[in-house]
Amino acid sequence: MSDGVPRVSHIPMADRPNDTGNCGIVEPRYYTFGERDDDPGVHLDCGQELRPVRLCYETYGTLNRDRSNAILLLHAFSGDAHAAGYHHPEDKGPGWWDMMVGPGKAFDTDRYYVICSNVIGGCSGSTGPGSVNPTTGRRYGLDFPVITIADMVRAQVRLIDYLGIDRLLAVAGGSMGGMQALEWASSFPERISGSICLATTARLSAQGIAFDAVGRNAIMSDPRWNNGDYYDSEPPARGLAIARMIGHITYLSDESMRLKFGRRLQERASAELDLFEQFEVESYLEHKGGTFVDRFDANSYIYLSKAIDYFDLVESKGSLDAAFVDSSCKFLVLSFTSDWLYPAYHSKEIVRALMRLGKDVSYTEISSPYGHDAFLLESERQAPLVSAFLNTLMREREADA
Amino acid sequence: MHRSPISYDRIVELVEPESTVLDLGCGNGELLQRLRLERSAHGRGVEIEESLIRECIANGISVFQGNLDEGLQDYESQTYDYVILNQTLQVVHQPIVLLREMIRVGRRVIVGFPNFAFVQNRVQLTVGGRMPKNSTLPYEWYDTPNIHLCTYRDFHQLCRQEQIVVLRQICMNGRWRIPAGLRNLLAIDVYFLLAGRHRNGIAAKASYG
Repeated sequence: MSDGVPRVSHIPMADRPNDTGNCGIVEPRYYTFGERDDDPGVHLDCGQELRPVRLCYETYGTLNRDRSNAILLLHAFSGDAHAAGYHHPEDKGPGWWDMMVGPGKAFDTDRYYVICSNVIGGCSGSTGPGSVNPTTGRRYGLDFPVITIADMVRAQVRLIDYLGIDRLLAVAGGSMGGMQALEWASSFPERISGSICLATTARLSAQGIAFDAVGRNAIMSDPRWNNGDYYDSEPPARGLAIARMIGHITYLSDESMRLKFGRRLQERASAELDLFEQFEVESYLEHKGGTFVDRFDANSYIYLSKAIDYFDLVESKGSLDAAFVDSSCKFLVLSFTSDWLYPAYHSKEIVRALMRLGKDVSYTEISSPYGHDAFLLESERQAPLVSAFLNTLMREREADA
Repeated sequence: MHRSPISYDRIVELVEPESTVLDLGCGNGELLQRLRLERSAHGRGVEIEESLIRECIANGISVFQGNLDEGLQDYESQTYDYVILNQTLQVVHQPIVLLREMIRVGRRVIVGFPNFAFVQNRVQLTVGGRMPKNSTLPYEWYDTPNIHLCTYRDFHQLCRQEQIVVLRQICMNGRWRIPAGLRNLLAIDVYFLLAGRHRNGIAAKASYG
C-alpha cells in the first residue's frame, strides 16, 4: 500500500540510475467483459458477480511469437495502469515505475512484453465504486460489492486470457501489488513462471490495519462523504487528504523524514511563535494530501484499503504451506530494512514456507533508508536482482521450448 | 573465501545423486550449479553478500540472504540431505553452535576448511617467528577474516566431544590425497562428511568408504 505514483519525487534521488531510455508516449487501453449474458463477469469472494467489468491497461514492448515473454505488473494501493512512459509530451513525470520499466531497464521492454492494469475497485479507468451501476443507472458508491485481492487477480486473469497469453513469464508487484503476486502464485500456479514479491506480506499486521482504519475514519467523518453518495456534489476532499497524509507517514521512515525535512520551518516570517507557522514536513503532507484528492476517489480508498486489510493467505488457504503447495513458479522476494509497514519478518514468513515446501525462492533484504516506499525508489539495488531473475526465467523458458 | 574448483571436486565427490543440498556461504552459487549438473542435486544457498546473491540469481540458484552467525533458525530439522559449509567454518563467530545447527538441519553435513597444522604453517610460525601467510591463508594477521582456525586433529577432537560421527574424510595437498597418519602434518585442505550420532543412527552406519 504505497504511493504508486511518485510523480513528484519527494526524496532526493541521488542514486537515480542512468536513464537508458523510456517507453515514450503510451496510450491506455480498455478491455470490457461481462456485457453479454453468455459472457461472465467476475465471481467475487463476497458471493456477488461483478459485471460488466472494464479494465484499463497499458502495454510496453512487443509480445513475441510464442507468447512467452509477457510480464504482468501489479500496482500498489494508489497506483494505476500507467507504469511507464508518458501520456503527453508535456506530462510532469513518467509512469509510476518508469525507473524499472523501459528499454534496457530491469523490466526490459526490448525483451519483454510488459502489461499493467488498474485493479477493480480502483478509480483510474477500471470498474470501481465511481463507475455507473448498470442496474440503477447511477454510480455505485457503497452499492459496489466488497472486493478482495483474489478478486483483483481473477479480473487480471480475464485480461491475460483476452491477450492470448497462456503462461506469463512473471507477475511482479510491491506492497498491495506483492499481495496480488502471491495470490497469482497460490491460485493460478499454472499461469506464471515467476513471481516477484516486493515489500509485501501474506497478511497485514494489526499496526497496518490500524493506520488504514484511521484513514477510512478520516474520510467517513467528512460530512461531504455522505455515506459514499457524493458523486453529484462536492467530494470529501478534506477527509481523503487527511487519509493520504496518514498513509504517507507510514510509507516513509524516521531516517528518510529526518534527511528530507529535519525540523526545518517552511517560511519563517517572524521570530515570534504562532500556531500557523509550518514545519516543512507539515506543508509536504498538505501538498501530498492536496494533490491526491485530484486523482483519487474516496470510495476507492475505502474499498482498496479494506481489500488490503482482508488479505490473509493463512486464513483463506488454511496455512501458508497450503497456499503455496501447488505453486510451480520461481519466487523472488525482497524486503527493505527501514520498511516498518511491511517489515522484513513478513517476507521471511513467506520465504520460510516456500523453503519448507522445497520451492525455488530467493530472498534478500535490501538496506535502504526510504521505508516502505523503497520498492519504488531503490531501483539501483533492486533492478539488478529483478533483471537477473527475469533473465533466468526467460532462459529456462527458451530451454523448455 | 578461498574456493577453488579443486575443492568443489572433493565436495561433489561426497554428495550422492538426487540429493537436496543447503550450501552455507554459497558465494556465487558455482558449487550448487555443479551439484545440479553433476549430481542432479536440488540445491539452495545462503549468502550474505548482495552482489553474490545477484550472481546466484543470475545462475538460476535459489538463495536466501542470511547471516550464519545468527544460526539456522529459518530451517527446519532434518530437511536437507546435505548441509555444506566450505571454507567458512573458520570465519564464523560460534563454530560449535553453527555445527550443531547444521547437524540438526541436515541428515549429513560436509565441512571443508584449511588445516592449520599443515607443515608450512608450522615452519612459518616456529622458524620464521611470524604468523603463517601463504596461498591457503593469504591474509595478514590484522586483516584476516579467519578468527577460528583449527587443525585436522582439533576437528576430530571436536567431533568426539559433540558426538558427531565422521563418515568419511578427504585430506588434500593440492591434487594429492594424504593417507592416514600424515594428514595433520601434510594436508592443506580437509573435507569431512559428518552425521549426528544420537538422532541419526542410520546415517552413521552409512556405506561410505
